[in-house]
Amino acid sequence: MNAVLRLESVTRVHGEGATEVVALRQVSFVARPGELVAIMGPSGSGKSTLLTLAGGLDQPTAGTVSVEGVDLAGVGAKGRARMRRTSIGYVFQDFNLIPALTAAENVALPRELDGERSRAARRVARAALEEVGIGELADRFPDEMSGGQQQRVAIARAIVGERRLILADEPTGALDTETGEDILALLRARCDAGAAGVMVTHEARHAAWADRVVFLRDGVVVDESGADPADVLLESRLG
Amino acid sequence: MSVKSALLALLEQGPMYGYQLRAEFEQRTGATWPLNVGQVYTTLTRLERDGLVESTGADDEETSGQPASHGSIYRVTPAGRDEVAAWFSTPVARTQPPRDELAIKLAIAVTVPGVDVGRVIQQQRSATMAALQDYTRLKRGGRAAAPEDRATELQGRSDMAWSLVLDSLVFAAEAEIRWLDHCEARLRRAAAHHPSASASASASEGPAQPTETRKARR
Repeated sequence: MNAVLRLESVTRVHGEGATEVVALRQVSFVARPGELVAIMGPSGSGKSTLLTLAGGLDQPTAGTVSVEGVDLAGVGAKGRARMRRTSIGYVFQDFNLIPALTAAENVALPRELDGERSRAARRVARAALEEVGIGELADRFPDEMSGGQQQRVAIARAIVGERRLILADEPTGALDTETGEDILALLRARCDAGAAGVMVTHEARHAAWADRVVFLRDGVVVDESGADPADVLLESRLG
Repeated sequence: MSVKSALLALLEQGPMYGYQLRAEFEQRTGATWPLNVGQVYTTLTRLERDGLVESTGADDEETSGQPASHGSIYRVTPAGRDEVAAWFSTPVARTQPPRDELAIKLAIAVTVPGVDVGRVIQQQRSATMAALQDYTRLKRGGRAAAPEDRATELQGRSDMAWSLVLDSLVFAAEAEIRWLDHCEARLRRAAAHHPSASASASASEGPAQPTETRKARR
């Protein structure tokens, strides 16, 4: 199946000379439709760098990042911004909602910035809010909602307009355990419906919702788990 | 012993055949600790010997011509009820930590020259993560998901029991991964403090020398 996200031999170096820091070193990585991939690793391992490169928020020093077959380096800053409004959804730990806008307006914003008429954008936004289970909160402002509800709004904003790549940076970090699990279930459902998801997390319990778990250390992929048939592993584990 | 006490506690709910007991036990624990029929009968024989249960021949009770292979019906005695009460009111002892093969393996690995401890940790973390993914999958689907919504209270309770057993496995796997991360971080810090010591330890044999490559990256 065609990859939604593809990193090929991606290296990212910050600074140069004596202060040079290699954040990622020759990392190759693919996320396919229907797949949720978790990235784990100690702080400084490069996992956030990987996500910002995948979202076109940062540029690799070497190698290529492509989303749905489009090389992000080839489309310029404007093109990347456009892709973030139409192809790539981003979910942050601290939600990043605009406090002065209602839930529906927050979700509609990327569509409106992309030139869609306001009414059409709001209609799609409401549908996205329905999908994440908070259709009735469409007219509330962020500070009138719980953390879990705000993160649902952020997810609605990330999926509005059928975007097929969802990038999540510690999406459950600011939430209690149960609410966090609801958010994971939502991301999981979206991937089961055909999107590709990449989630950075430091919690093994949350990474376990993913189909694949990639471990990074010192900017290198050191391990992957999840490719083996579930039942065999379970038997051997419990036997 | 836990199986003995568990079976006794199940019998307190009413008399049962051995095969029923086994089914009831697995219903609650999701076959996480499979019991074979032999174990059940051995346990019941011991319980009977100790006066905690008594058995009645199947023929006495069965009128419908059910096969005699069902064996005897077991019921709990007053002494057995006391035993169950004592089990529930006494915490599980932690004075003797259960033997932890992984902790033992790592303890040996860090002291034996030539073992790539980093590799041992990584492989274990992958395997434990894979198990954690499986438990999570089981929790998401099937009867462990939302046991609160079951039609009957009894069904809900045994599904809840299984869901809680799964949670226990999830938390244990998570703790193991955290501990492995912790070991890895501490060993790396130690290697940075005493580069010569760790270099001599890992340089003795074997192709993999994690401390060497790590130093080279810095």
